[in-house]
Amino acid sequence: MTTAAQAPTPDAAGYFGPWGGRYVPETLVPALEELEHAFMRLRDDQSFQGELTRLLRHYAGRPTALYEARRLQAELGGARIWLKREDLAHTGAHKINNALGQALLAVRSGKRRVIAETGAGQHGVATATVCAMFGLECVVYMGEEDVHRQALNVVRMRMLGAEVVPVTSGSQTLKDAINEALRDWVTHVETTFYLFGSATGPHPYPLIVREFQKVIGIEARAQMFEQTGNLPHTVVACVNGGSNAIGIFHPFVDDPVGLVGVEAGGTGPAETAATLEAGSPGILHGAISYLLQDEDGQIAPTHSIAAGLDYPGVGPEHAHLRDSGRAAYVSVTDEQALEALQTLARLEGIIPALESAHAVAHTMELAPTLPADASILVNLSGRGDKDMDTVVGALGAMG
Amino acid sequence: MSRIPAAFRDAAADSRLVIAPYVALGYPDMPTSVALARAYLDSGADMLELGVPFSDPIADGPTIQRATQRALAEGATVAGCIEAAAAIRASTGAPLVLMGYANPFMKWGYEDLARDLHGAGVDGLIVPDLLPDDNDDLASACNAHGLNVISLLAPTTPSERIGRVAERGSGFLYCVSLTGVTGRRQDLQTGLTAFLQRVGEASTLPRAVGFGVSTPAHVGALCGQAEAAIMASALIDIFDAAPPSQAVSRAAAHVGAMVDAARCR
Ligand SMILES: Cc1ncc(COP(=O)(O)O)c(C=O)c1O
Repeated sequence: MTTAAQAPTPDAAGYFGPWGGRYVPETLVPALEELEHAFMRLRDDQSFQGELTRLLRHYAGRPTALYEARRLQAELGGARIWLKREDLAHTGAHKINNALGQALLAVRSGKRRVIAETGAGQHGVATATVCAMFGLECVVYMGEEDVHRQALNVVRMRMLGAEVVPVTSGSQTLKDAINEALRDWVTHVETTFYLFGSATGPHPYPLIVREFQKVIGIEARAQMFEQTGNLPHTVVACVNGGSNAIGIFHPFVDDPVGLVGVEAGGTGPAETAATLEAGSPGILHGAISYLLQDEDGQIAPTHSIAAGLDYPGVGPEHAHLRDSGRAAYVSVTDEQALEALQTLARLEGIIPALESAHAVAHTMELAPTLPADASILVNLSGRGDKDMDTVVGALGAMG
Repeated sequence: MSRIPAAFRDAAADSRLVIAPYVALGYPDMPTSVALARAYLDSGADMLELGVPFSDPIADGPTIQRATQRALAEGATVAGCIEAAAAIRASTGAPLVLMGYANPFMKWGYEDLARDLHGAGVDGLIVPDLLPDDNDDLASACNAHGLNVISLLAPTTPSERIGRVAERGSGFLYCVSLTGVTGRRQDLQTGLTAFLQRVGEASTLPRAVGFGVSTPAHVGALCGQAEAAIMASALIDIFDAAPPSQAVSRAAAHVGAMVDAARCR
């Protein structure tokens, strides 16, 4: 196991180095403090952990498989490729790990109304799912553009009893959904639990989300030893806010293992969502981190074919890992992600989410450069059913 | 030297509340917003809050969201807002307080911002997403230039935190009247009296009540409970509902009615 002392951990005010903190309206401060105290108390509480472990195993289907993609490796040459199959978790993405953990916190805190933001709809579906299971009221904010491009997930959320509120302000994507969820929370803070979906936002969310997602890396690390007798050479994950990436990275931080986060490069530098590559320091949605912004500090429009990567910010712990050189961050384009999605589908019978396809695309570049005894561990963060309309449309448009 | 303390002293001496309307700089365009600010002063406003637009205003309801998005679409910038403040300063001795979200200010650079605001004759700064717990850099830059950094308090702020927050700010305390975002309201939130009382017990700084303050009756109800009233969305709604040629004068007339209601005797 990693030692908490060495792994980057936020200080008492929620900073990872200079990044993170709590940049919110005063109204929310008591709720964030209460959340922090509840989390700190319950993370060492046997009955809480026992209940979470039970649900992760019997409800979410953990541990998820670690699968060696042999046909993909044969095609590419070079390193062995291992897929951590978060696509097989209940609801089809890693988001369920965090949703279960936070919903249990909500229940233990006596909050019966849950709100969430969603981009790809995977966090919204995971939240709607756990709310149905716990009998909680659920409201999900989703940008109007994402409502259209992830229509299947909107149907799923409504089927699960959630109210889906389309957000028509701003760019009508994840950023605006978070704005609207924060406005709801400011208004209903005394009765409402904000079930935040990624490893960003005000302290303590980056910490909480990491702690609930690190089960991915803990399992994968043990599975790598079991199946290869060794650590991987490199761990690869896609990064938006960065929850699936921090979840798989964190248990490897103190190991001699490369960590590579893959951001969405969109169509190229003019239309990108690659925050660590193209951004600069700024304050948005409760944290100080890197941001895509214009020279006047207005948040810049982003683009990615993957709704779940289409966001101008990144979690503070990733900003810190990048600054310290412990992790590297790269980007791949829409086109590369589409190509990777099709390759994995044809060679391995696995259709990844467009978000996860970004990690696969970088792996396809990296594998041939490594020796055959090296292993790449890829976080396959979700499955691609939700993306079929987008993929068909994009392939049609490309001819 | 900030002009804020004197404005509160003068108002207290004649048993008035300080009336502080908000102007969304750049809405519907920069010259009109400057004209609106001057009209508010002519109607008797004691202090102005000058809003700098931001793309993601999380503490604002639909009215201010719409106004500030329009301002950005019309090309409003931080530089343009500082120039507008200087233009307003040229014809008034009333305190001017800039209000905006943290990111455009951080991008400008807190040191440069404090210097430039001082140069423009601005007296203070309100940043609703920068808590006193996390604003050391901005606060020290502003202190060096004699600018007040205004602390915000909410009905949810626990009593033991009020004193700490108040201590880290200066000028006045911005008391958010309700648990929610900005916007016009029918009634002031129940519990406001108790909240303002808790604030008064914890600090001697004047209390300015904002968010939802919409009518002269709301202002009158604050007599004896607070030292200032801030109004924003209701004025923009009146401005928007009026025919364009009368928009400025109608909004200014509403400020005039608020000024009348602020005479507490
Ligand atoms: C399958 C999948 N992977 C990755 C992400 C990106 O989020 P994060 O960076 O928090 O893992 C999303 C977000 O919606 C997703 O649905």
